[in-house]
Amino acid sequence: MAETKTKKKAGKKDSLEAYGVSAEVALDLMRDMLLYRRFEEKAEEAYAIGKIGGFCHLHIGQEGACAGSISPLRDDDYVVSSYRSHTQAIAKGITPNAVMAELYGRADGAAGGKGGSMHMFSAERRFMGGHGIVGGQVPLATGYGWKSKYKNEDSVTVCFMGDAAVNQGAFHESLNLAAVWQLPVIYVVENNEYGMGTAFSRVSTTDMQDKSASHGIPGISVDGQDVLATYQLFKKLAADVRDGAGPQFVNLETYRFRGHSMSDPVSGTYRSTEEVDRHKKEEDPIALLREKLFAGGHLDQKGLEEMNNEARRIAQEAADFADASPAPDPEALYKNVWAEENEHGRLFFDGRSR
Amino acid sequence: MAVMTYREALNAALREEMELDPDVFLMGEEVAEYDGAYKVSKGLLDEFGEQRIVDSPISELGFAGLGVGAAMAGLRPVIEFMTFNFAFLALDQVINNAAKLHYMSDGQFDCPIVFRGPTGAALQLSAQHSQACETYYSHAPGCKVVTPGTPADAKGLLKAAIRDDDPVAFMEGELLYNVKGEVPDDDDFVIPLGVADLKREGSDVSIITHGKMIHVALQAAGKLEKEGIEADVLDLRTIRPLDMDAILATVAKTNRVVYLEEGWPYAGTGAQIVSMIQDEAFDHLDAPVKRVTQADIPMPYAKNLENLAKPNANSVVEACNQVMYR
Repeated sequence: MAETKTKKKAGKKDSLEAYGVSAEVALDLMRDMLLYRRFEEKAEEAYAIGKIGGFCHLHIGQEGACAGSISPLRDDDYVVSSYRSHTQAIAKGITPNAVMAELYGRADGAAGGKGGSMHMFSAERRFMGGHGIVGGQVPLATGYGWKSKYKNEDSVTVCFMGDAAVNQGAFHESLNLAAVWQLPVIYVVENNEYGMGTAFSRVSTTDMQDKSASHGIPGISVDGQDVLATYQLFKKLAADVRDGAGPQFVNLETYRFRGHSMSDPVSGTYRSTEEVDRHKKEEDPIALLREKLFAGGHLDQKGLEEMNNEARRIAQEAADFADASPAPDPEALYKNVWAEENEHGRLFFDGRSR
Repeated sequence: MAVMTYREALNAALREEMELDPDVFLMGEEVAEYDGAYKVSKGLLDEFGEQRIVDSPISELGFAGLGVGAAMAGLRPVIEFMTFNFAFLALDQVINNAAKLHYMSDGQFDCPIVFRGPTGAALQLSAQHSQACETYYSHAPGCKVVTPGTPADAKGLLKAAIRDDDPVAFMEGELLYNVKGEVPDDDDFVIPLGVADLKREGSDVSIITHGKMIHVALQAAGKLEKEGIEADVLDLRTIRPLDMDAILATVAKTNRVVYLEEGWPYAGTGAQIVSMIQDEAFDHLDAPVKRVTQADIPMPYAKNLENLAKPNANSVVEACNQVMYR
């Protein structure tokens, strides 16, 4: 398909008008990104002092990709993601308190303390999970799209994955199914250039944007560090897909400022400190929007400080809430293993009393 | 009572449940235009249309996962694997997603999906197409496993599986599709999951089994009868939930047990059952429990070797004689 070859990247414009984004929306995006940054910094801090366990993958550096892609969606749209999804969960409407409490493994967490960092869920907000197996959520997203079509609903599914996921069979099988049945799904690669410590260029001989081409699904690249360009693209794509345009593929180019997870180094054998520093200096999504807002007179330093303080307050409140939330009741251990405990027969085999 | 084949019984269950609930759909390879590789879905495309009887690409991981997503979002998919041999490609979606989503989300999402298709050996299909796959599924908390051995059980249990709010691996016998049997006419004939069925009564020895192997067990019981031995043949029907009460009852009655299964011995279903029997009914046992399984090898092609590999009535009789010290 000809449209899969849209090589020109959107973005890098000066004024809000050029993006077709109002000052109000741009300021909201700024607030969102500041919250995501401050929230993840708070999680980082909590991890360092042992309040958060397990794997913990932060979104710091990728806030623009998150805010710009999820803000244009409706409440009844589905979002599903990988294990790097704290801020996406917040963007789709799970409260920062519930996300932080989940990170702390507490009863008031988004999954009652059973999921942790990699498994945020909200049925009510249609946030269909963080998922821990690379590419494993992509067929699920295809199923949400199937449901929308089956029920004649105009809800759209946005499926996030990391760049490494496109080398999984699950990705290609899903895109093929979505194309065959023209499902309302936007498959989004949050392309931060590295699958853990392996550069994408080392594990693929074709460009990311072309990965959907053999399935006849249009592919487009956008600068995820440019939150306005991302917002503009997703607003259009969501509307197009809602109108029956069929599945879409987005190469959302971004960069993570931290290590793969909290257990991993920021730089070292696979990328240089200089490379990370350059991205932080030149490609920080918050700084890039700040410049535009300042230049257009939509925000000043004082206003920014206020926004930042509010983000800090919410992040701190989330940490306080999580700290105060109780550990899950031991009785929760055996709860919700089964949706239906049949009247007859045994379902548990460990011989323990429940 | 109507007499119908196992295949027709499954077809009737699908039709009735699809008529009852518009959210039930069938997806899989060759299920629509081809009427199903084993003709289980014969005629359903005409009745329900291509929206609900859906031919998929050969893409087990993809369409199994699509089904899991659709179930999370509120539909009730029936995903047909042409055989469970091909379902290994989709095991991540079944084990890591379907079986765990309810727990990981602390009950926010249900996953009411049925994965169905034939399992076990047929005739001379060799290693990759001849294996019993139950234990891969029963191993994982969150996944129910159903193994009907007769047309009536096939119908009643498939209806229960479709109505169940949890993922169910519904494992049919490839060699059973033409087997005929009586099936109640009632279109609300549902057999609850977790209820075993005593297929034959006897007081000397218990043969406990599931799925296609009930026919081998009954054949063995017939041979034993000629020697004056009466065997209880207990068909578990579902592996998870497991009717432990029925197992304990037959153990208490005969005090001598043989577990028969089509699969391999290592960590097989029988290993679990034997462990539970020794734990919960040790005092009732007059002999160690014996297991009869497939030979612990990949299935060979040559007819004579295949016959040697499969469990058969003679090997069951021999095991019964051993536990009776005959």
